[in-house]
Amino acid sequence: MYVADSRGTPAPAVTPEPQAVAPGIRPGRRAALAPTVLALGTVSLITDVSSEMVTAVLPLYLVAGLGLTPLGFGLLDGLYNGVSALVRLTGGHLGDRFGRHKALAGIGYGLSALCKPLLLLAHTLPAIGAVLALDRTGKGLRTAPRDALISLSAAPEDRGRAFGVHRAMDTAGALIGPILAFLILRGAAEGYDAVFTVSACVAALGVLVLVLFVPGRRTAPTATGAPVSLRASFGLLGRRDLRRISLCALLLGLCTVSDAFVFLLLQHSTGIADRWFALLPLGTAAAFFLLALPLGRLADRIGRWRVFLGGHLALLAAYGILLVGGDQPALPYAVLLLHGAFYAATDGVLMATAAGAVPEEHQGGGLALVQTGQALARFAASLGFGAAWTFWGARPALAVAAVLLAGAVALCVRLRPQDGAGGGAAPEAGADPSGPEAPVADPAV
Amino acid sequence: MTLHRRILILVSAIALLAAVGALAVVRASSRADEKNQVQAGGPPITRGEVTLAPGDGGRRIVFRNMAWGPHRDELSTVPADAPEGARTASAVSCLRFHSAGGTGICLQAEKGGVQDSYKAVVLDAHLKEVSSHPLAGIPTRARVSPGGHLVAWTVFVGGDSYAGTNFSTRTSLLDLRTGRFDASLEDFAIHKDGKTYRNADVNFWGVTFAADEQTFYATLATGGQTYLVRGDLTARTVTTLRENLECPSLSPDGTRLVFKKRVPGLSPDAPWRLYVLDLATMAETPLAEERSVDDQVVWTDDRTVVYSLPGDFGADLYSLPTDGSGAPARYMTSALAPAFLG
Repeated sequence: MYVADSRGTPAPAVTPEPQAVAPGIRPGRRAALAPTVLALGTVSLITDVSSEMVTAVLPLYLVAGLGLTPLGFGLLDGLYNGVSALVRLTGGHLGDRFGRHKALAGIGYGLSALCKPLLLLAHTLPAIGAVLALDRTGKGLRTAPRDALISLSAAPEDRGRAFGVHRAMDTAGALIGPILAFLILRGAAEGYDAVFTVSACVAALGVLVLVLFVPGRRTAPTATGAPVSLRASFGLLGRRDLRRISLCALLLGLCTVSDAFVFLLLQHSTGIADRWFALLPLGTAAAFFLLALPLGRLADRIGRWRVFLGGHLALLAAYGILLVGGDQPALPYAVLLLHGAFYAATDGVLMATAAGAVPEEHQGGGLALVQTGQALARFAASLGFGAAWTFWGARPALAVAAVLLAGAVALCVRLRPQDGAGGGAAPEAGADPSGPEAPVADPAV
Repeated sequence: MTLHRRILILVSAIALLAAVGALAVVRASSRADEKNQVQAGGPPITRGEVTLAPGDGGRRIVFRNMAWGPHRDELSTVPADAPEGARTASAVSCLRFHSAGGTGICLQAEKGGVQDSYKAVVLDAHLKEVSSHPLAGIPTRARVSPGGHLVAWTVFVGGDSYAGTNFSTRTSLLDLRTGRFDASLEDFAIHKDGKTYRNADVNFWGVTFAADEQTFYATLATGGQTYLVRGDLTARTVTTLRENLECPSLSPDGTRLVFKKRVPGLSPDAPWRLYVLDLATMAETPLAEERSVDDQVVWTDDRTVVYSLPGDFGADLYSLPTDGSGAPARYMTSALAPAFLG
């Protein structure tokens, strides 16, 4: 995908010192990683261990433990996605408004932690659905304030690395969680209550680490001294760069085939044995985990927009392999590696890019806007792809998605944000003086 | 707050939370051990020979024994006229099981390094393994055709972190005469309302076979609706017959199906009632069970079905007339997935 990346954008003023990898060697101010980023990464790691423990055993619990038929369950899922998007915008805005991202993130993490013991009490499908909805609310509420804390605590030119570290730690938690859950089930057959109790303890620990070790610094007041208004939050799209970033995230999101379909297509085109099917997401997660930090750093050096689009070219390459198919044994690995690289090059990198396009007092709202646009677009894409699969079959649907994705990437090359972190060359790219004293071109409405 | 104090708080919290977590695991594991102890008042069980041959030892029931003790989950047998009598346990464990015509299908859990995996094992009349097939997920239904030549099973697939809480089913068919294995019924052509139908959200489960060893009935779900389908193994087609019908089970004389149906107005976590469908007239009759049944029933003869409901030790079996009369009666305690032989 690195090859694809260099093809993706016309190389402007070239990266200086591409070999200067180690932080200490580089002249200028490449600071050590902010302790806040490590603390937030730890919180995410712990929380993901907790939540993925539950996710991993939930189907087993529903079918084997409660004797429920979980088929109708998927229907609720779409509903949650919509709710989660609204909650995310709310969390981002409230964090900005009161300048208290930590408190908002804490409430979000706390809500999700509370859901784990509640699972012990819920024995019917609607009750479990309600608990999971509450869990999603907590997740939606905390995401934007947490990302705002990360971008605010990292030096602008290091944001890619900061988000990379955070996403790697987050994914590590997601990889550890299921293992822990199944170890508990091994020790205690049908010990689902033990899994939920341990999960609750782990979640509580995550909240505690947040409370104790993430500094609750208030962001500086706005230029006028008034709190961030709802109108100002809505006015964020008046900023040219943020508008372009959101638009691109939306466009690319619309051309992204959702994970479940990718894994199904992978199984269709390579004939992977059924028993390995459940492990495919772990392959993607492992690649994401390994590549998040290196690609985040690469984004800081060669430009976040290029890495972001390069990630989509990696996805395009994965589509290509799926379309060509074949039974080479290396094929599934290649697809999962590219799929993980796609996440590593886009998830945190997009946040780092967006962070550079909004002033400090709007970090929460700005990041929430981009995330929400992307999430809704991906949801729509998933519905659309399902329909296309129905009408045309799997391979034609994927071919269409690939063509659309290629077109969207080409368009987004042209829509590249000008200033802010999206630029091509390194030092200028990150050096957006995002302090409140330097309001960016477009004053808040 | 000083760093020192914060670390002190963290360490004490870790100790406390670790203690709570460890206690929960220990309690759960001692509870699991308890299930290996024989429960007072439970049915007597001894290890012995269990066969699936139709003629052996009169009419019998072979089932998964759910009673606590060393033979929990093992295939066991009792005479059909003394269902609460002494049980004979084989050494074979199954989560789901069915048998007919001297063939058995046993869906098993295989202890893995971290996570269990599952497999479907075809058994001969002496419980010897004929073939074994890895499963993609958690077993839910298993059936053998009346003549013992065809087997089918259904598993739940999904529940991984990226696919969210979406589930799907996968139903496989195996023809023991030809060795032909259909990994997924979704590869069959679907005829719905006179047209060929395709949709990515198609799911099948709950196969039941006819005596011709070629025709089968099953559940098809798509677009939020379930359908009864009739399948043809040779033509590799399924045709929808009727809406809102799950887990059909064909009577021995092949004239009626008992199935579960989602009844509007019932609690969404227990929405099913049992009905019988006359295939000649397509008339439905409700059965006299008031509780929600999530099982594929088994016919004991042309007039009676047996099905499971949650019980003190996993599941109990109940019997019910199929003409809509009478009342459910407890048939066996601590048993699941029965098959009637002989």
